[in-house]
Amino acid sequence: MTNLALTDEILMSIDKPARYIGQEVNMVKKDLNTVDVRFAMCFPDVYEIAMSHLGIQILYDMFNNMEGVYCERVYSPWTDLDEIMRKDNIPLFTLETQSPVKDMDFLGITIQYEMCYTNILQILDLSNIALLASDRAEDDPIVIGGGPCTYNPEPIADFFDIFYMGEGETQYQALIDLYRKNKANNCSRNDFLLAAAKLPGMYVPKFYDVDYNEDGTIKSFMPNTEGVPTTVTKELVMDLSDTVYPEKPLVPYIKATQDRVVLEIQRGCIRGCRFCQAGMIYRPVRERSIEFLKDKAIKMLKNTGHEEISLSSLSSSDYSKLPELMDFLIEELKGKGVNISLPSLRVDAFSLDVMSKVQDIKKSSLTFAPEAGSQRMRNVINKGLTVEDILNGCSLAFNGGWNKVKLYFMLGLPTETEEDMKAIAELSELVAEKYYEIPKSERNGKVMVTASSSFFIPKPFTPLQWAPMCSKDEFQRRAYVVNDRMKEMLNRKSLKYNYHDPDVSIIEGLLARGDRKISKVIMKVYEKGGIYDAWGEYFNYDRWLEALDEANIDLDFYTTRQRNLDEIFPWDFINTGVTKEFLKREWNNAMNEQVSPNCKMKCQGCGATMFKGGICFEDKN
Amino acid sequence: MKIRIKFTKTGPIRYIGHLDVMRYFQKLNRRADIDVKYSAGFSPHQIMSFAAPLGVGLESYGEYVDIEVNTTISSKDAIEALNAASVEGITVTGYVKLNDSAPNAMSCVVAADYKVKIKDNYKPAASNIKEAFEEFLRQSSIVVEKATKKSVMEVDLRPLIFDAYMDDNGDFFMKLSTGSAQNLKPELVMDAFYKYLGEEMNEFALNITRLEVYGQNITKDDSGNIINTEIIPLEKFGEIIE
Ligand code: SF4
Repeated sequence: MTNLALTDEILMSIDKPARYIGQEVNMVKKDLNTVDVRFAMCFPDVYEIAMSHLGIQILYDMFNNMEGVYCERVYSPWTDLDEIMRKDNIPLFTLETQSPVKDMDFLGITIQYEMCYTNILQILDLSNIALLASDRAEDDPIVIGGGPCTYNPEPIADFFDIFYMGEGETQYQALIDLYRKNKANNCSRNDFLLAAAKLPGMYVPKFYDVDYNEDGTIKSFMPNTEGVPTTVTKELVMDLSDTVYPEKPLVPYIKATQDRVVLEIQRGCIRGCRFCQAGMIYRPVRERSIEFLKDKAIKMLKNTGHEEISLSSLSSSDYSKLPELMDFLIEELKGKGVNISLPSLRVDAFSLDVMSKVQDIKKSSLTFAPEAGSQRMRNVINKGLTVEDILNGCSLAFNGGWNKVKLYFMLGLPTETEEDMKAIAELSELVAEKYYEIPKSERNGKVMVTASSSFFIPKPFTPLQWAPMCSKDEFQRRAYVVNDRMKEMLNRKSLKYNYHDPDVSIIEGLLARGDRKISKVIMKVYEKGGIYDAWGEYFNYDRWLEALDEANIDLDFYTTRQRNLDEIFPWDFINTGVTKEFLKREWNNAMNEQVSPNCKMKCQGCGATMFKGGICFEDKN
Repeated sequence: MKIRIKFTKTGPIRYIGHLDVMRYFQKLNRRADIDVKYSAGFSPHQIMSFAAPLGVGLESYGEYVDIEVNTTISSKDAIEALNAASVEGITVTGYVKLNDSAPNAMSCVVAADYKVKIKDNYKPAASNIKEAFEEFLRQSSIVVEKATKKSVMEVDLRPLIFDAYMDDNGDFFMKLSTGSAQNLKPELVMDAFYKYLGEEMNEFALNITRLEVYGQNITKDDSGNIINTEIIPLEKFGEIIE
C-alpha cells in the first residue's frame, strides 16, 4: 500500500484531503525498477480544476505508454496546505508515488491562463527547485512549460528551462530519448538543453538574448549560441484520428469541475474572430474521424463510469459529421443514464432539436456569444453573427419552450463608441421583445436575458495584438454606460447585466503581452505572498501595483499603449503558421470594418498551409 | 430488485468523504456493468441508500450500500465484476438480494463494531490500561457533555456501549449503538476513557476501523405480532444469488 506524503494529522486538518492522496480510478502504477525517466506533470491550480483538463489526461496517457517512462501528477496545494508545507518544510510531492517532485527528471507545467503564473512559482518553491532557471543545479528536474500561454512565454521565460511550443503528442518521445542519451554520455544539463533547443518546437530561453530600444520596445531578439534556431515553429498533429487519446481517463473521487467524459471532436476553428487567440494558434482546423470518436466515446464511458459525456471543440457546429455523431450517441446511450452535453453549439433548428432531446428545456438556457452589441463592432472583430441570426435562433427556441438566454459580450474593443456600448443593452432588449411576441397563452412564464461582458484583452498572435487596452477607469466607465442603458430598456425587468472585474483584466493584459522584464514583477508579487491570482478571493490588485512600482515597470506601456505596426513583439520568434502579414492584413480589415470569410468559405491565405493538412486542403477544387 | 453490497474502505481511500463514496459507487456500478435501475427524467440517477455514513479518516471492513437493479448476475460474478472495476482499498465482499419489503440500509442500523488503535505518540501515560478500561466500563453510568448547535447536553454513554474490551496488543474493540436514533462514536468513548484516567486525548490520537454494521431483524407471525428480534450484520438480511 502507498505511504502518503502527508501525515494523518495534516490530512485530517485540511479541506478536502482527497486532493492529495492520488489512488484514483485509472491511475497508472509502475514498478520504479522498470522506470528510467520520471516525469511530473503539473497543472498549477487546485486539484478540481486541474483534473478537469483534457490536455493533461492526453499527455498522462501518452507518457505512461512510453517504455521506461513514468508520468505522475502534481497540482497546486490549496492555501491551507500551502501554509502547513511552508511551516513544516514538507516538499511538494507527486500524487502517484507521493515522491518529492525534486526527485523527478522532468517537471512539465501546463500553462492555460496568465493568472496562474504566481502558482508556477509556488510549485517550484514548494518543490525546492530554484525559481530562476539560471540558478538550478545539475540534478534538478528539467522544468518544461507547455499550453496556450507559451505563445508568449517571455514574462515567465526566466522560470523555465524549456518551452514546448504546440501540441504535446509529437516531440516528447524525441526529447526523452535525447535526455537518456545525454545521461548515458554523462553530459551536463547545459548540453542537454542545447541539444533540446535544436529539436522542433523547443524554445530554450537561455539561448536567446533580448535587446531593447530606448523607448522600451524590443530592438532585437536573437539566439546567443550557435546552432540554435532563430524561429521556433509550433508542433502539431496532422492526423488526429491516428494519435494517442486516453481510453481510460482518470476519475477523481472529489467532484472535479469537469466530472464527465470529454470527447475532443476537432482542433482549431475556421471562424477567424480577430480577438480570439485559440482561433489563430490552433490553425489549421483538423477533425477527428467519426469512427475514432464513436470508438473512444464508448470505451471512455465504460472505463470511467461517468454519467455524462461532453463534446469539446472551439465551435462544435462546424464539425462536419456532428448530426451523425449526435444520432449515434443518443441511440447508444438511451436508457443508460448518461447525459450528453454540448457546449459551443450555434443555435439553429438542428441544435435546438438535439438539445430538446438531451436536455431539460426548463432548466437549460440558450447561449449566444455575439461578443459585441452593434453590427459595426462585430464587423471589426469579424464575428459573423448577425442580429437576424440571434433573433431567429431565439424565436425558434422560445417557441420550443426555452425562456432563458445568456448573451456574452466584450467591452473595450478597439474603435468602440458609446453607441456600440449601448447596443449591448439594446440587443438584449430585442431578445426580450422577441419573447413577448409570442401570445401570452403560449408563453412559458417570463423570459430572462442575462448579458455578461468581459473586458477585451489583446492577445499575441491575433489580428488585434496591436490594439491598446482600456485603462481600468475606462473599463469601469464603459460598464456603467451599458448598465445605465440596460435600466432604460422597456423590458429591463427581464434583463440582467454582469461584468468582470476590471482589475484582473488589466493584470491579465499586462501578462499576456509582457516581455522578459515582467518576470521580476511576477517574482515580487509571489514574494509578497501572491498565489492563486486566478481566484477572486486571493487576487490582490494593489500587490501587483506595488510590485510594478518596485520593479520600475510602467503598466501603461504594456496595456494602454498603441503598438506600432513595425514593432518587434516578444513572441515574434515563434512561428504558428499564421504569418504576421496575414495578421496585419486582418488588423487593417478590422480598422476598415471589413469582414473576412471563414476557412470553409474562402481561404484567407493565413500561412497555415505550411502544415500541409487539415481544412486548408479539404473541399478545395 | 433490491441488492445490498458490502465493501471495505481501507488505506489512503479513507480520506474520501461520504458523498464522494456515493459518487464513486454510481460510477463503479456502471464500470462493472451492473444493470442498475435509473430514476426517470432528464438527469436520471441511481437509487441508492448507504448505511451509517463513515467519517473521513476512518477505515472500515463493513460498509454497506443498497441499490436497485433491473436484473442481476450471481453474487459471485457481481463481486468479481465490481472488484475488477474498483480501486485498491474499496473491495466488495458481499452482494446479496433483499426482500422487496426489507427496510433500507439507512433505517435499520442499530449497532456497529469498531477497532480502535491508539497511535504510538498518543498513548495514555497511566499504567495498567487494560484494567483501567475494565473499571471504566464497570461504572453504572458514563456521563459526558455533548455540545450541540444550541446548547451543551449531558449524555450517558454507558447504555450505548453494548460491549467493549482491550486485547493483549493494546487495541480496543467495541460494539456501540449506531444509527439515526442513538449514535455513539468510538472517539467519544475513548475521550471519556482518557478523562476517566485524568488525561487529555489528542484529537489525532486514534486510528479507528469499523468492522461490522448491524441491523435489527424483527420477525413477525402471520397476524403481525413480533415473535423475535435479533441484531444481525446487515449482510445477513439478504440472500446470496446463485
Ligand atoms: S490557410 Fe486558409 S484554410 Fe488554412 S487555416 Fe489559413 S485561412 Fe484557413
